Amino acid sequence: MTTTIAPAPSAAQATVTLPGAEVLLRALVEQGVEVIFGYPGGAVLPIYDALFRQNHIRHILVRHEQAAVHAAEAYARSTGKVGVVLVTSGPGATNAVTGLLDAMMDSIPLVCLSGQVPTALIGNDAFQEADTTGITRPVTKYNYLVRRPEDLAPAVHEAFAIARSGRPGPVLVDLPKNITVGDAPYISAQAVTPRTGKIRTTPDRAAVSRAVAAMKAARRPLFYIGGGVINSGPQASEALRKLAKLTGFPVTSTLMGLGAYPATDSQFLGMLGMHGTYEANLATHGCDVLVALGSRFDDRVTGRVNAFSPGSFKIHVDIDPSQINKIVHVDEGIVGDVGETIAMMIEEWLKPPAYAHAADLTAWWAQIEGWRALDCLRFKQDQAPDAVIKPQQAISRIFELGRQTGRDMYVSTEVGQHQMWAAQFFKFDKPNRWLTSGGLGTMGYGLPAAVGAQVAHPDALVMDIAGEASTLMNIQELGTIAQYRLPVKIFIINNHYMGMVRQWQELLHGSRYSESYSDALPDFVKLAESFHARGLRVTRLDQLDDTIREALAHDGPVMVDICVAEGENCFPMIPSGAAHNEMILGPEQEDSGAQISQEGQMLV
Amino acid sequence: MQHEISGSAVISLLVDNESGALARIVELFSGRGYNIQSLTVAPVDEIGAISRVNIVTTGTPSAIGQVKVQIERLVPVSRVVNLSAQGPHVAREMALVKVVSSGEPRTEALRIAEAFRARAVDTTATSFVFELTGSTDKLDSFIELMRPLGLVEVSRTGVASICRGPQTIQNF
Ligand SMILES: Cc1ncc(C[n+]2csc(CCOP(=O)(O)OP(=O)(O)O)c2C)c(N)n1
Ligand SMILES: [Mg+2]
Repeated sequence: MTTTIAPAPSAAQATVTLPGAEVLLRALVEQGVEVIFGYPGGAVLPIYDALFRQNHIRHILVRHEQAAVHAAEAYARSTGKVGVVLVTSGPGATNAVTGLLDAMMDSIPLVCLSGQVPTALIGNDAFQEADTTGITRPVTKYNYLVRRPEDLAPAVHEAFAIARSGRPGPVLVDLPKNITVGDAPYISAQAVTPRTGKIRTTPDRAAVSRAVAAMKAARRPLFYIGGGVINSGPQASEALRKLAKLTGFPVTSTLMGLGAYPATDSQFLGMLGMHGTYEANLATHGCDVLVALGSRFDDRVTGRVNAFSPGSFKIHVDIDPSQINKIVHVDEGIVGDVGETIAMMIEEWLKPPAYAHAADLTAWWAQIEGWRALDCLRFKQDQAPDAVIKPQQAISRIFELGRQTGRDMYVSTEVGQHQMWAAQFFKFDKPNRWLTSGGLGTMGYGLPAAVGAQVAHPDALVMDIAGEASTLMNIQELGTIAQYRLPVKIFIINNHYMGMVRQWQELLHGSRYSESYSDALPDFVKLAESFHARGLRVTRLDQLDDTIREALAHDGPVMVDICVAEGENCFPMIPSGAAHNEMILGPEQEDSGAQISQEGQMLV
Repeated sequence: MQHEISGSAVISLLVDNESGALARIVELFSGRGYNIQSLTVAPVDEIGAISRVNIVTTGTPSAIGQVKVQIERLVPVSRVVNLSAQGPHVAREMALVKVVSSGEPRTEALRIAEAFRARAVDTTATSFVFELTGSTDKLDSFIELMRPLGLVEVSRTGVASICRGPQTIQNF
């Protein structure tokens, strides 16, 4: 810790001194924390003791520290608040690492509190000692090892400020046991000046005005939105709707941006990228002005970078300056909060001259409608009553029947084909409802994420669209679900394969299905029952809707094992190393379509 | 400046002098595949709370641009300047060069040292330690010339750099 965040002397005079653990909890309360996801151990016992003696903060006991982080991520993503995690030293902290990186990649604001051995023992290979700040440095936005009592409260306050400011992310505070046991001064948040001053939220007016001038000159424009719009807050989504309506431009979204623009709106083209829609990808390829809003040109979006949206004038708005020109060279980079920037774009758009090419947009829209007419997400479901259920059928019915309940829906996913189908078939009209691991693609995210979302929204319909392989990675969270009676609905799209791996093996490795079969699966119905949840199974088409309805109507947790066709592939697909206009649309094209190059094979 | 070889740049930054700060910077370079040719670090304010780090890195201009914005993201870093892009600046390093020889090579080593204005900071009957301050290129050529004359060991500081004229790292 440094003197830069130490309180001003006048403020320090009013401080009280308390045991460190109580100082910590006071700081959390001052930061508005209501829920902590955690797991105890020796190094955090003083904190658990302090938790025991208070009523302000609710503690949710998970069954694995990785799950604590994912639950906190979903809590944060679905509420806009900072998620809080508490883990013990050593293995507790190392178990949290995957979750922290997941939050880092998807820009989720978290504070992770970890126990540490007493400062006097640090460096001695003490029991359950880990160099936690060293291990987590590359997976956090920032981290602290609190060595002095007077640094405790300021570190916690600054951690929250850093987690939520600019591009959000996870911050870890490592707390040696002597710090939480010993006395420390309580310092309030106002007395701390966090080092977040470098962040620029208000964009440069001149740059925005140049961008809008380019937008007004566009004949084939496109908004390409990302998770930044959601992070910016609901007002950014509102502003985006307004800007889209004013301009009439089409909108495509990344996986992380889904919900920021209403999916049922006619200007929405669906997701772009590797498993994006035909219309979204061809519009990206063919547009003349591309307006990237809070998106980061991820390789899952761009495909082959030198073939990405060739010939478009590119505008990129991001709060993180390091994202601009990182992967794709842009013509107008704008650093700022995406919500503020969209609002400024609206002001500039309304200034004269009026958009001259509104008529030309008709031609662009006609082209888009032509692509849309291909109906790229269509699939063939045999309608016989005893037909094998297609995974797409299962997922589209879950969405439809979920929607029909009229309840507020939050949806988490695991990672794989089911995740991509969920992204394709779930139509989110509001932000913060879609919880998925985008940047890291962490199998095991979905079940704990459903826990976090249900804790945050006790009355909402929380669903987890899972794969049978992924869900086993954090299946122990059924225990958490049981303990807190969280009525989450888990739908396992059980294709008996690590489907996404199987798909790549089919397309890139001569159908050699090396180790991708989900062998020796548990009986998910009995598994659910053993965790005090309802277990259901469906194997034939004619029982699909009824089973989903039954699950949705049940007022407790349910796990539904939906046995689906094993060999289905997720389309459209842009193979790695290919361009957006080299998409594979369906099984018919698997061999004839884009040739997967050797170079493409080397990409992930 | 002499190190303005194409692809090389001096980045200077101010960082809070806290534990792990240097690791953050160094790990950023290794984690993102950037290259460090030399790195110097020392506290520069009156209370030792702020350190200045000078890093010589190589790469394309856009890669170096990325290095700069990535470093700027680090919480304890308050200022980052690419001095090479910013205009005229002074970049100096110091070397200690040990030469063990006798006879003609020894006299030749001494003559070259004088020409370079290197100081002999340690002298024995069979050895010299020369101290030389200057640009990286100057140090490189001095060391090259000493190689056949009994050079046995080199210790270099890496580059310290500052911009020319009245402006400072704080007010670019
Ligand atoms: C922790 C982790 N390990 C490995 C992978 C690689 N991986 C990506 S998808 C996938 C298969 C997922 O299978 P399943 O959960 O059954 O989903 P499906 O693709 O069949 O829908 C694997 C192994 C990963 N993303 N995360
Ligand atoms: Mg599967």
